[in-house]
Amino acid sequence: MKGRFVRLGERERAPVRLLVDGTPIEALQGDTLMVALLTQGPALRQSEFDSGRRAGFCLMGACQDCWVWTRAGERLRACSSEVREGLDILTTQPEAVWPLHG
Amino acid sequence: MATARLNIPSGTAPRVVIVGAGPAGTRCAETLLAAGLVPTLVDENRRDGGQIYRRQPEGFRRDYATLYGSEAHKARALHDSFDRLRPRIDYRPDTLVWNLTPGQLCCVSQGRHFTLDYDALILCTGATDRLMPLEGWQLAGTYSLGGAQIALKAQSVSIGHRVVFMGSGPLLYLVASQYLKAGAQVAAVLDTSPLGKRIAALPKLLARPGLLWTGMKLLAQLCLARVPVHLGIQPVRVLGDAQGGVSLVQVKTAKGDGLDVECDALALGYHLRPETQLADLAGCRLAFDPASSQWLLELDEAGRTSVSGVYAAGDGAKIRGADGAEHAGRLVALALLEDLQQPVNAAELDEQRQALAVMDQFRLGLAQAFPWPSAQAKALPDTAIVCRCEMISAGELRRTVSEKGACEVNRAKAFSRVGMGRCQGRYCSQAGAEVIAAAAGVAVQEVGRQRGQAPVKPLSMLTGEVAP
Repeated sequence: MKGRFVRLGERERAPVRLLVDGTPIEALQGDTLMVALLTQGPALRQSEFDSGRRAGFCLMGACQDCWVWTRAGERLRACSSEVREGLDILTTQPEAVWPLHG
Repeated sequence: MATARLNIPSGTAPRVVIVGAGPAGTRCAETLLAAGLVPTLVDENRRDGGQIYRRQPEGFRRDYATLYGSEAHKARALHDSFDRLRPRIDYRPDTLVWNLTPGQLCCVSQGRHFTLDYDALILCTGATDRLMPLEGWQLAGTYSLGGAQIALKAQSVSIGHRVVFMGSGPLLYLVASQYLKAGAQVAAVLDTSPLGKRIAALPKLLARPGLLWTGMKLLAQLCLARVPVHLGIQPVRVLGDAQGGVSLVQVKTAKGDGLDVECDALALGYHLRPETQLADLAGCRLAFDPASSQWLLELDEAGRTSVSGVYAAGDGAKIRGADGAEHAGRLVALALLEDLQQPVNAAELDEQRQALAVMDQFRLGLAQAFPWPSAQAKALPDTAIVCRCEMISAGELRRTVSEKGACEVNRAKAFSRVGMGRCQGRYCSQAGAEVIAAAAGVAVQEVGRQRGQAPVKPLSMLTGEVAP
């Protein structure tokens, strides 16, 4: 699978360039980070509690299943953060993961 | 209607804070402003409209008819009202209220913490999707039904190339038909409610014949487009793999046959649950509502909670939908004005109360037509994940009942962590309560409800403090 999300319209917006895990990607002005990442790949992040990849769930800031980080360490909810030119996004948690499930 | 006098020091204007800028919060602010009170309106979203009338970002060009369909005129009216209000009230977008103490809200906006003092607090905090787990729902590509709608409305994307809509409730048909109209591929609509329930609920649903007709038209559109629609199904499992996510949804049809639907996305939801955490922290009483089988705020007809000076309106108070929220927002503002001993137009008060009585009848009809599938929780295999935040299974939760005797949800939460993850129980606590109740052999209202805890949403450790 290339992208999980499919654009159905609103394609005539200005392009915005950002980095995801060091790789440059192009999104559109007004995209959320979630849309920017999921129109180009199948997942947003790695679950801390099993081997599964995660791609968000509620899109309204309630489930917290779409966390990504800036290189500076700021945590963002991908569903409610807009893309900005030059953003440098990491999809792995910068802090150590607490090994709750062994 | 009993009023509850609010004592404000003479010569000072009462400090009124509304939380939430959806239909209820907007109409509440408008009514207060018309009476000469200038409220503070705090909203977690960057733009007004709530979830239902969420505005698309700047630069998007779809018109109101495309975005909101049959509700376009209502969305436009609400946005226009808000645009007129905006320069005249203290509007705080992009601001989360994460805790409160009597008379004071703790807020965070763009990483900065501050407090807001209030004499009266009106909670218009809305609702989120109500979820019942099934095996495999933690796989990437499963979204809440409301989330699937937001993807389309706010971003003009589909959650997948081939989407299954499963669950129950009016939103199931609305979102599926919106996807269809926008050009997405709808693989199937799978409703757990059988046709008979809907027929039995008709007398109550006829309280709003226009809305009933709209619902029937949506169903007809889906059938005309040859979308497979199955009623009375039983969800079995979502299949896929940990890396690629969802690839198949398996259900049992009403006749008992197995049905496999290939897809790469699943939109799942069973109507809505209210956001009551702030009211809970304020000490407001909740009561179990047998019609919808969930805990709701205990309110008088106008939206007064059990705590003086704290009010609630909209879907966060009672799931009566967007039209109901507009009426409830106006009515709760009138109740507050009464409590402040300000003149209130009796005819207007009556008008809102009557409108809400109709919406409440319809609410009961919906609850009957699309019931919460509590039996599914009992039938969940032990391996199914209940808490998708921390991957805790139904079996682990059941063991807290059988081995530790935890038959109360907060105690079971302490042992199992179901409800303690980062969604703070929003997507697991109701189903979790059903699992606990079934394991303990008692009715779901006997196992209690999960208490609200601050912060009501996770805060960053980097949050800084600023003077108010």
